[in-house]
Amino acid sequence: MTVQSCVKGEAKASRWAEFLAGAKATLPLIVGAIPFGIIFGTLAEPSGLSALGALAMSLIVFAGSSQFIALGLMAAGAAVPVIIATTFVVNLRHLLYAANLVPKVRHLPQRWRMLMAFGLTDETFAAVSSRYLGNSDLSHAHWFYLGSMIAMYSNWVLCTALGVGLGELFPDMTQWGLDFAMSVTFIGMVVPYLRNTPMWAAVIVSGTMAMATVGLPHKLGLIVAALCGIATGLSLHMLKQRKTATLEVTL
Amino acid sequence: MNEVVLILGMFLVTFSVRYVLFAMAGRVRFPPWLSTGLGFVPPVVLTAIIVPAVLIPQGELWLSWRNPWLLAGLFAALVALVRKDLLTTIVAGMLCFMVLRFGLGF
Repeated sequence: MTVQSCVKGEAKASRWAEFLAGAKATLPLIVGAIPFGIIFGTLAEPSGLSALGALAMSLIVFAGSSQFIALGLMAAGAAVPVIIATTFVVNLRHLLYAANLVPKVRHLPQRWRMLMAFGLTDETFAAVSSRYLGNSDLSHAHWFYLGSMIAMYSNWVLCTALGVGLGELFPDMTQWGLDFAMSVTFIGMVVPYLRNTPMWAAVIVSGTMAMATVGLPHKLGLIVAALCGIATGLSLHMLKQRKTATLEVTL
Repeated sequence: MNEVVLILGMFLVTFSVRYVLFAMAGRVRFPPWLSTGLGFVPPVVLTAIIVPAVLIPQGELWLSWRNPWLLAGLFAALVALVRKDLLTTIVAGMLCFMVLRFGLGF
């Protein structure tokens, strides 16, 4: 075997290893998403979205929370442009996720970035963020991303299909309280971030503001609360930095 | 027909938001304060979803120790602080919720 083919073989193996690691790192998050996919599928027909429409939405849109909100709006009889505008607002947070990932994807070809953008969900963002935080070799980290998003995507589509089927079998399944699965997953995702005062303050302000703005239309309160939280965290972070800087000057 | 328009429209806005910064990747540079600020985004957005979900689980503010969403949520946060493992947190939180709601009838 030549040196070149040996190197190629190694690259292939490490891509596959990254892909599997990405899928594996996303597994705990997928467990939290399973009830969602199923509930989404179950709720579709009662809300006025056909079985085929529910499946197509999961295949094409692939955005859990906005899909749920779309169902709620459909049930309330909202017009199509209102639902699309709400989806835009609710998904604005992905712009912030993307901004966070730009330094890690800017060297990749456009078709890779397109594929990765399609799969930029909360769960994949959380999984790849911890991958990119590590100091290890990042040259094949986009395969880790791909593994994460494909695991997430297949699970989402499969669970939607399952939910559509179950919804026809058990029409009263939405009463089981499975909505708590989302909250508990998100709690497990937030807690590891709470390592310093600015982060605690940001989260407390965001939670409080979310309650204060809960009456705002179109889930706009979410954006307001997030911005207040970020402003608080950022101010405290900068104050802290200034303090250390002054200390250094005095010393 | 209406569903086709709805799904295509939702796809367009969702994909554009996710793709626009990746597409211009070469030309965007963020100042350090912006990158720091963006680091706060995931926990802050998730918290803004969680808090109303556990305090207003059924359309009305429910600030009481008999609210299983709130109790199980606090329990899950405690488990997450101690164990730092997502799957353990999810399983423990869901079990706590099921016991409170369907076992004890909270």
